[in-house]
Amino acid sequence: MSEALVAAETPGTGIEPVPGVSGARQFWRRLRAQRAALVAAAVVALLILVALGAPLLTAIEGQDPTTYHPSLIDSARGGVPIGSFGGIGGHHWLGVEPQTGRDLFARLVYGARVSLGVAFAATVIQLLVGVVMGIASALGSGWVDQLLSRITDIFVAMPLMIMALALLAIVPSSFPRPVLVTLVIGFIAWGNIAKIVRAQTLTLKGLDYVSAARLSGWGTWRIARRELLPGLAAPIITYAAILMPVNISIEAALSFLGVGVKPPTPSWGQMLTAADVWYQAAPQYLLLPAGSLFVTVLALTVLGDGVRTALDPRAASRLSIGTGRKREAKAAKGETEAGKSASAVGKAATEAGNGTTEAGKEGSA
Amino acid sequence: MSGFGGFVLRRAVGTVVTLLAISVIVYVVFYATPGNVAQITCGPRCSPEQVHQVAQQLRLDDPLYVRYWQFLVGLVAGQDYSTGTSVEHCSAPCLGLSYQSDQQVMSIILTKLPVSLSLVLGAMVLWLVLGVGTGVLSAWRRGRFTERLLTALTLAGWATPVFVIGLVLMIVVCGELQLLPFPQYVNFTDDPEQWAWNLLLPWLSLALIEAAAFARMTRASMLETLAEDHIRTFRAYGVAERTIVGRHALRGALAPVIALNANNVGSAIGGAVLTETLFGLPGIGQELVHAVDVVDLPVVVGMVLVIGFFVVLANALADVLYALADRRVVLT
Repeated sequence: MSEALVAAETPGTGIEPVPGVSGARQFWRRLRAQRAALVAAAVVALLILVALGAPLLTAIEGQDPTTYHPSLIDSARGGVPIGSFGGIGGHHWLGVEPQTGRDLFARLVYGARVSLGVAFAATVIQLLVGVVMGIASALGSGWVDQLLSRITDIFVAMPLMIMALALLAIVPSSFPRPVLVTLVIGFIAWGNIAKIVRAQTLTLKGLDYVSAARLSGWGTWRIARRELLPGLAAPIITYAAILMPVNISIEAALSFLGVGVKPPTPSWGQMLTAADVWYQAAPQYLLLPAGSLFVTVLALTVLGDGVRTALDPRAASRLSIGTGRKREAKAAKGETEAGKSASAVGKAATEAGNGTTEAGKEGSA
Repeated sequence: MSGFGGFVLRRAVGTVVTLLAISVIVYVVFYATPGNVAQITCGPRCSPEQVHQVAQQLRLDDPLYVRYWQFLVGLVAGQDYSTGTSVEHCSAPCLGLSYQSDQQVMSIILTKLPVSLSLVLGAMVLWLVLGVGTGVLSAWRRGRFTERLLTALTLAGWATPVFVIGLVLMIVVCGELQLLPFPQYVNFTDDPEQWAWNLLLPWLSLALIEAAAFARMTRASMLETLAEDHIRTFRAYGVAERTIVGRHALRGALAPVIALNANNVGSAIGGAVLTETLFGLPGIGQELVHAVDVVDLPVVVGMVLVIGFFVVLANALADVLYALADRRVVLT
């Protein structure tokens, strides 16, 4: 209990208001101090490598994700793969899909491409829209702020899964599905990030160095770019780390429902749609995509927590997942030169943290 | 109190404005789409005669804003539809007709709603108990083994997609262990006991996921409250830790949890869509997926609006509840 008290009452070992070299170095030191985050980072790096190297990996295996292998499935037994463990062997490292005989390893690694790619691109869109809307509404005059905030509220209130389901219904199927899913997620679920950016910009706007820039005649655009964006980096990065796993879950859910990525393009969620009937005959057909989703979302979440801890140790002491706290404390000692805006930035990051839960919900949806 | 009354009023007005805005967006997006609106509305399986009939009913010659106005009027006052041979009255609130099943969208939603409500409300009880319990326990046992275990479990629940938990539960409990039959929805009014047994797995799979978020939230909020001065005072007076955590800290920590729960309705409905599809529960989620599948636009639009209505209402309610629970909140 005392640990909680101490942790919560330690004055903010805040972040540098302007991330120069030292700020970035501090960030890396704090991130490295957390073992769980390091492991998660390694897993994420591996997943990205697999996704990028999918063509290479499948070339080594000598398979591709879309070719049917009718000779490898037992049509007499309803399409079960021939051979033990769903046809695992030298030619098909993880076996083949029941009924179609498509290579599971190839589908899995190409699925990683789709899952990670869609989630990443959607996150980028969300951040772009959210940051522009947030800054514009904080810097805009009264009615601009009113209007943009209202619009933001409307998008916060929109149930993403439902809207996505509905929108995917009306777009012609000739439109490439992964791109469509990306656009739908990206342009609907940016409300929370806009709110956080707006709040943070309002705080920064009142600080002396921004006033100084304004008094020396800088234009709004230049101030936003040169003075505000660096101060916004922490909450934006934090929130981006939260959004990634959420977007992966959403893509998987939509594809699972059959409205997201459609066959023959593989995606983990879509692979699961048909898997439940086959769990006895070919358990890996179910376990591989499910496990991949689990590991990916888990690794990204732990990494996200680690990033948050590294960017805002004070908020993280309340929210952290309980790893590397002591090492982090040791590393953070001597870094108590709290910048003037440190507590403000910390606050926004905490807000972003609370957003986790909110945004996370959509993800679990 | 006048300040509070004004706050509620402003929130109510804001809610109505938001709802109208959502309805405009939804209407424009769905009915101003390029291509043959009548064909899309009617669905790919409609005959040319049906398409022609739909085009007449939708008054496609009128400009979009006139049609939207008609839609609003129908919502408030009801509307008459000619089905070729007879005139069908759709009483307020009228969301239009499904051209594929020839049913009124509102009555489709109303027949499916009890199933979804059973699922979400039951699961909500579970996830609140599980989530808040886990959060309180892990805040109380901070730094001990219990906390580590609960944190790991919470993370695992957090990282598992709802349909994976549901699938695994169904396979293990119904398939392998055969403890329960595969769920099949039974009306509460027909047989309450069977209703509960058949909903047990859907409740669990939806609740486990949601509980993880609540555990994280409660834990953070508890730790924040436990660090406050009044708790230190209690401790200095020698009040038992159990009383401090269970009574005093919990009270302070619950406000954000209440707010989260109301804010959460939208995503819970999203989760319910998946749960219903997975377990074959005939709720609005399953109906929506079906309507999307066969491109039954009036049903899709109606459902989006009804669900949006619930979400916006819950959000507004959350703000009011939050203000009630924590009087330090600045009312704007």
